Amino acid sequence: MIAMLGPEIPFYLVVSGILFAIGALGVMLRRSPLIVLLSLEIMLNACNLSLIGFSRLLGDGDGQIFALSVMAVAAAEVVVGLGLIVAIARRRLDLDVDEMQELRG
Amino acid sequence: MGNAIVWIVWVVAALACLGTGIAVVSLTNPFYSALSLIGNLASLAVLYLLAAAEFVAAAQVLVYAGAVMVMFLFVIAYLGGRADAPWAGGPRSLQIAAVVASVALLVEVIIAIGLKAGGRLSDEKTVSDAFGSPKEIGRLFLTDHLLAFEITSIVLLVAAVGGVVLGMRSEDEDEPEPEEATTA
Repeated sequence: MIAMLGPEIPFYLVVSGILFAIGALGVMLRRSPLIVLLSLEIMLNACNLSLIGFSRLLGDGDGQIFALSVMAVAAAEVVVGLGLIVAIARRRLDLDVDEMQELRG
Repeated sequence: MGNAIVWIVWVVAALACLGTGIAVVSLTNPFYSALSLIGNLASLAVLYLLAAAEFVAAAQVLVYAGAVMVMFLFVIAYLGGRADAPWAGGPRSLQIAAVVASVALLVEVIIAIGLKAGGRLSDEKTVSDAFGSPKEIGRLFLTDHLLAFEITSIVLLVAAVGGVVLGMRSEDEDEPEPEEATTA
């Protein structure tokens, strides 16, 4: 049996919250779609950290299963996102999320 | 003694994680941003290890810091990695609103968790040695969470098909310029 060493779970949650806010700032602030995707990865990983923290708190493996599922979904998201970015670049459009407004309602 | 070492490792990993996260958002060159994200993912893997999630930490390094980031770097190299200054362009009011919104998000999350679960966050259960090991994760995936496992495989298949469809050259696309076609 292992008891918890080091910081308690609230420390993990605070790091996770700050990381999520950093990622959200990147998504809202940056205009290159590549950096927006990188910031999205930060947000997903912040959620993974809190899932794993809660999983350790409750002594239940379900949170880790959820974290692994999030990683698989993130990999799928990167494939589609990077495919879109390459398709945009091939059409010689500007890689700037503020410029792409054709679908705006 | 063991506790102090764990604390030191945890603080170093947490600071590295936050520092590289800020670097991803603030660096101008997308290439450096992607490299910082690799550092971010690796230091998160250390935090996972300290929270008894060995298999997730290993998967994080292999899948994320390995495969996904190689794909990112490949695309950035393919597109030429043009610079994009974080604070350039766009109205100043939108930038201030973005900072305010993300700080509000952080405060909101902390207040919500503190009110909802404030007193119950510090009595961690003791877990068995097998907690978080590949064996335990595999058992959970193939018994309690079989549906999630199968749906994950469908999601990955759909993403692979979507990637192929997006990568196909369509009819109405502009023909490449002649001088580019000869150099390519």
